[in-house]
Amino acid sequence: MKNIWVICQKELRSYFASPIAYLLITVFAVIFGYFFWRAIAYFIEAGMRMQMQGAMQPMSVNELVIGPLLSNMSVIILFLIPMMTMRLFAEEKNRGTIELLLTSPIRDWELVLGKWLGSMIMFLVILGVSCLNILLLFAYGRPDWKPVLAGLLGLILQGGAIIAIGTFISTTTRNQIIAGSVTFAVVLLLWVLSWLNFEQASWAKVLAYCSVLSHGESFTRGVIELKDVVYFLSVIFFGLFLTERSIESLRWRA
Amino acid sequence: MITVEGLTKRYARHVAVDNISFEVAKGEIVGFLGPNGAGKTTTMRVLTCFLPPTSGKASVAGFDVLENPHEVKKRIGYLPETPPLYPEMEVLDYLVFVARLKGISGADVRKRADDAAGRCALGDVRHKLIGKLSKGYRQRVGLAQAILHNPDVLILDEPTSGLDPKQIIETRELIASLSGDHTIILSTHILSEVEHSCQKVLIINRGRIVASESVTGLTNKMRGADAVSIEVQADNLNPADVRQRFEQIAGISRVEVKDLRDSRVTLEVESLAGQNVRPELARSVVKAGWNLLEMRGINMSLEDIFLQLTGGNAPSPALESPVETAPKDEKGGDNK
Repeated sequence: MKNIWVICQKELRSYFASPIAYLLITVFAVIFGYFFWRAIAYFIEAGMRMQMQGAMQPMSVNELVIGPLLSNMSVIILFLIPMMTMRLFAEEKNRGTIELLLTSPIRDWELVLGKWLGSMIMFLVILGVSCLNILLLFAYGRPDWKPVLAGLLGLILQGGAIIAIGTFISTTTRNQIIAGSVTFAVVLLLWVLSWLNFEQASWAKVLAYCSVLSHGESFTRGVIELKDVVYFLSVIFFGLFLTERSIESLRWRA
Repeated sequence: MITVEGLTKRYARHVAVDNISFEVAKGEIVGFLGPNGAGKTTTMRVLTCFLPPTSGKASVAGFDVLENPHEVKKRIGYLPETPPLYPEMEVLDYLVFVARLKGISGADVRKRADDAAGRCALGDVRHKLIGKLSKGYRQRVGLAQAILHNPDVLILDEPTSGLDPKQIIETRELIASLSGDHTIILSTHILSEVEHSCQKVLIINRGRIVASESVTGLTNKMRGADAVSIEVQADNLNPADVRQRFEQIAGISRVEVKDLRDSRVTLEVESLAGQNVRPELARSVVKAGWNLLEMRGINMSLEDIFLQLTGGNAPSPALESPVETAPKDEKGGDNK
């Protein structure tokens, strides 16, 4: 348990010692801010129009601002996470520090979990900085906080799953660029698999079910579905399991 | 402390280590000697549980590397060929990280890190970024990392590669100061290294052990005869005359002209073991009316032995030696 924390701390330190952490935080905050601004602008305009037409339907900040914002973000993180995970093992292999880690008295799964957790905390920091925007809504309006939390939980689970996939892919190469682009390609594929939903064949349905996006959707509407939670947790588990096996195989192949 | 039996490591296309066996007793310093690509690093990687053996057994402190890698790793300090460093960390932070990685906890972490930094003379750079350090300092940080948790066994892969002569001497002294309570295996392709630091030498070539002996024993065994280098000068000196004259002295088995410049001749004279022919040589030179410029004994160095054992097909290690191949040191005596 202690070893996981040692590795995790080291990862966080590496992120913040290089520009990558600040870059990602900034990029994500700027994009998030832009989407937030447009969503609010749209909300205000719609409100004005509604008043001029004399319609008195209540307008929901949750439905019109937070929901679309979070679903946009679930797409943006597909682009951001490969940049975080590509270095996890590829860099260690390239520098030869993997020899230190694998000859130290820690277990492979502790190493894998520590790496994943470090990346996860980094992701939470990035998300946290951006979500300060949402607090503004609470300062000036009265959105329902429960769907917001559900949406965030969705983002976190989705991030965890993608990080697990990225961690695995990072173990397969010593080149960070390759690790990053392959992760991106895989994640993008996982995303567009949901388009197969329009096909009638049953294999298409199965593949569509595997899409990250189709499982993230209900969260942004404030619904926590068991099947979605199970999906993300299984992807995380499977990704980390593959990572551990991959580390093991490094020894046999190297 | 270390037992290796029939160890073989096969990669996809070639055999890196071929059925080697050896033992290292507690407190011994053993030099692993061989040309590049001989299998030194592979053997070390098996011992440190980084690579599993294809067949055969290896154990450290009684724990098998395959069955009980966790216990083995706890007892080993390892300096790989390229020191495993994180350039973005400060020296002390790095050592603290490694200390915790090795399972040291609490207040001890800081103390051990400080201690290791002190022993490896890293005092003045402990708050510098590792990425900014020179090669010599990096190597020392690597060494500090290996000795930090006070392991029973130290495995050092080319600990002095890339260092300047002063740093090499310092590193040797450090290694010597670690002997006694630590069992040390160090690999090198520089022979003088082994002569200086080790009690026992394992010469490995193409994945096989070609010699395993104490350093002094090996040189003694290979020598068999005493050799003297002698330089003589005279006007109109004919080397054949000198040679002829020397060959007549009793006890001399072979005379060879090594160098001829102006009126100086350098010869190598080999005598039968145990015969001291030097006084006779000197007398004979003087009697002939020549000038005796120099006379010194030649010890067969590990270089010669090495080339002899590996069939001379090794890339000449002497050329890669960064420091003087000093005439044999005074390590003799501990011929155990």
